[in-house]
Amino acid sequence: MKKNQKTPHLLDTPLSAINVGLESFSEDLKSQNVATLHIDWSPPAGGDPVLGDLLSKLGA
Amino acid sequence: MEEIGKVIDQANEQALGVLLSGEPVLVDVVLAADVIDGLKEKIILHAGPPIEWNKMCGPMRGAICGIAVFEEWASNLNEAEKLASQGSLEFAPNHQFGCVGPMTGMTTASQPLIVVENQHYGNRAYCTINEGLGKVMRFGGNDQTVLERLSWIKNELAPLLGQALRRASGINLKPLIARGLTMGDEMHQRNIACSSLLLRELAPHMAAVASDTETLARVYSFIASNDQFFLNVAMAAGKALTDPAYGIKGSSMVTAMSRNGTDFGIRVSSTGDRWFTAPVEMPQGLYFPGYSESDANPDMGDSAIVETIGLGGFAMGAAPAVAGFVGAGAASQAGLYTKNMAEITLGENKSWTIPAMDYLGVPTGIDIRRVLETNISPTINTGIAHKEPGIGQVGAGVAKAPMACFQKALRAFAEQMGVK
Repeated sequence: MKKNQKTPHLLDTPLSAINVGLESFSEDLKSQNVATLHIDWSPPAGGDPVLGDLLSKLGA
Repeated sequence: MEEIGKVIDQANEQALGVLLSGEPVLVDVVLAADVIDGLKEKIILHAGPPIEWNKMCGPMRGAICGIAVFEEWASNLNEAEKLASQGSLEFAPNHQFGCVGPMTGMTTASQPLIVVENQHYGNRAYCTINEGLGKVMRFGGNDQTVLERLSWIKNELAPLLGQALRRASGINLKPLIARGLTMGDEMHQRNIACSSLLLRELAPHMAAVASDTETLARVYSFIASNDQFFLNVAMAAGKALTDPAYGIKGSSMVTAMSRNGTDFGIRVSSTGDRWFTAPVEMPQGLYFPGYSESDANPDMGDSAIVETIGLGGFAMGAAPAVAGFVGAGAASQAGLYTKNMAEITLGENKSWTIPAMDYLGVPTGIDIRRVLETNISPTINTGIAHKEPGIGQVGAGVAKAPMACFQKALRAFAEQMGVK
């Protein structure tokens, strides 16, 4: 396969990952010795779309 | 919609400014009936949002019966229980009367109250005197030893303390709390430094006004042996600081968090005295030898007023020893609790800093929007009462304010702001 010179060599270089949300995903990567930064995040208002909409309108 | 966000931000800036500019001063000890309007015979003020007898938890019922006997409305606990269940006693939240009380939070007409005056805004707030550790009324204790201690507090400690405070022209609490934070207190589950500092300031005045040395010795000994003596002072300071921040239109800042052992309630500046409640949760913590979670009562008390002003669980980073005591993890993790609380607050209090965190000001002014946006609920350091009346404290732990309170508050706040 011919390499595209404009894209990073993702599979040729050591992988670093930023994981957002479910922490177990980052644990899986860490167990494979992948440098991983976990970001503790969950959808606003626990994912409730009505409250999420209100929050957005109230400037949160 | 961007406009509404700006209006709320400005209102919150004002509300936080009110909180931070307050000047709480411990000025006096007075009889409740003399200062609380409407506190008439057979009214019992309790911790938390409103609650009726049939929904009260064991310790709350135990304390209600005990205080009814103390007030001589009933000759014994059985008679007191009958009065309460028949509707002959009236119940109301402390917060409704400018008061706060730890755990069960009993406040009645003939009890002495410490007075904290917010000298920047001129308002006053009240709290009973801390009874000490062990079997006490705030944890539902109601036997003869508990009632005798309350009588001693009323007849000997309170008059001397009041005289000493008047002679001292009050004790300025802002710098005292600032020093306590640098000495490892967070003002909820650790008050050793502030209790000692307060006694140090008051001792010469008490010595000057005491009628005899035996009385003085008993009072010194009582205060010196109670590491939590300052808790009630800090709570009254919290109430005095937050009261002027009520009713700022457009502010989503929390002005009170409180629990009655059954429900948790919050109040928000813009919506005034209205409570937003949800079933209270069980604290997670450590238990004294011989007790376990199966003995515990759910979270209780007005004491979360200290978290409302940035102390307690919000100032955990100042008090690594507390992290171990309440089962919150290693001492090295204490700062993480404070950093987490900074995610849901409007700013920091530069008057109350934490040296071990590079003099970070305690995170202050909970914004209900930030709580829901981040899904981080306020952390509250708390004592744990036995679920049966009359036994007392069985442990200490960390409690979370239920997210449902903030969801209800946000819906009401949005409606008030005309947002659908």
